[in-house]
Amino acid sequence: MAMSDGRDEPANGGDSQGGDDHQLRVSKIRSGTVIDHVRGGQALNVLAILGIDGSEGEELSVGMNVPSDRLARKDIVKVEGRELSQDEVDVLSLIAPDATINIVRDYEVIEKHRVDRPEIVDDVLSCPNTGCITTGDEPVTSQFEVLDDGVRCAYCGTIVREEIASLIDT
Amino acid sequence: MRHDHLITSKQLSRADIETVLDRAAEIDADPSAVADRHANRLLGLLFFEPSTRTKMSFETAMKRLGGDVVDMGSVESSSVKKGETLADTVRVIEGYADALVLRHPKQGAATMASEFVDVPLLNAGDGAGHHPTQTLLDLYTIRENAGLDDLTIGIMGDLKYGRTVHSLAYALTNFDARQHFVSPESLQLPREVVYDLHQADGAGIREHDSLEEVLPSLDVLYVTRIQRERFPDEQEYQKVAGEYQIDMETLEAASDDLTIMHPLPRVDEIAPAIDETEYAAYFEQAHNGVPVRMALLDLFLQEGGDGDE
Ligand SMILES: [Zn+2]
Repeated sequence: MAMSDGRDEPANGGDSQGGDDHQLRVSKIRSGTVIDHVRGGQALNVLAILGIDGSEGEELSVGMNVPSDRLARKDIVKVEGRELSQDEVDVLSLIAPDATINIVRDYEVIEKHRVDRPEIVDDVLSCPNTGCITTGDEPVTSQFEVLDDGVRCAYCGTIVREEIASLIDT
Repeated sequence: MRHDHLITSKQLSRADIETVLDRAAEIDADPSAVADRHANRLLGLLFFEPSTRTKMSFETAMKRLGGDVVDMGSVESSSVKKGETLADTVRVIEGYADALVLRHPKQGAATMASEFVDVPLLNAGDGAGHHPTQTLLDLYTIRENAGLDDLTIGIMGDLKYGRTVHSLAYALTNFDARQHFVSPESLQLPREVVYDLHQADGAGIREHDSLEEVLPSLDVLYVTRIQRERFPDEQEYQKVAGEYQIDMETLEAASDDLTIMHPLPRVDEIAPAIDETEYAAYFEQAHNGVPVRMALLDLFLQEGGDGDE
């Protein structure tokens, strides 16, 4: 899907890593992934849902509540040294549907794309139904089917439409 | 049928359902023809919560096919009490039996268990989830009494917690059935179930809080029990439950051909005076559990590979 060039992203985009030019609150990265246009306040959930917590030495920058033209306030997450694949980032559509993914090499954005809704998310969310078999000690990973307006546990059928971020496995 | 396991009635197409019901009808007509059909084969019974009726019905079905059962026994006496996972338990018992029947208090238990075994696994109830063998015997009873197409059915009582109702409602979306759900507001169908039913067959589903407006149009009335523990106090329970009981007077407005069903046990939802009338099909329904489970076991054991066909 073609990206619209919002005013906070210069058309030649090459040197923009998702901050307004006059607001370089989050430092540029050399190579890695910039997740931009995350709904304000969701940056830490983005890291949680991707399972990135810095424990593997990744260099992370997080900008929260940065003014944006497209969203009133947006968050930005930059992961140095790691190029996230489309499959890895699609799960973000559940909590940050407007997110844009920029793959950066040598300070240049070489690839830019949106997140798509996956059909299924595995081992990312935990079921809120305490009567569900996945909430016990069984050797089973959670699986949710993605609906138009929520997610549904593949085991017990529970549907969650709101506050999906609260189900993120931590 | 092209299924390895029987987990929910949602997995069953109309053709699958008809295969099971046709086989059940054949067996019902001549049970002696299958008396040795599965001799020397064993059915493993894993009941993690008590359900004497369902268990007896499976045991009877397997024995009437010439086979036998091995029973895990009660949870208190098994290794489950020592903290064994369900995944381990089913993998052990799978080694003893040609097929497994599982009843478990957790929703999704049968789905998970089936991922760990190669023998056919039949779900006999997973918490508030599914109970497909009950659904099939309900469908069989409806077919025998009223037919499954051009059917108008009322389903009344506790629609919120009654898993038999959810499974049945879903299965009926495969047929040309108009479904009327009658319940107090606090016991309406869960929104998840309504969502599914609308996805499957939006037009055929209606919800009501009183039986009166739909009773005259019904071919089948499926009654379920409203449990005391769903209400904060006795008075509230009596008041609400009283509105969803039926007696001979209620039935004055009904069609003469009405069939009344109930998954049993009942308390006082259906007046005993109705038992002797042509309306009552609930004991027949309970008996139908045996031929329907025989048909299912026969179909699944055959697909296990070393059946005689
Ligand atoms: Zn669940």
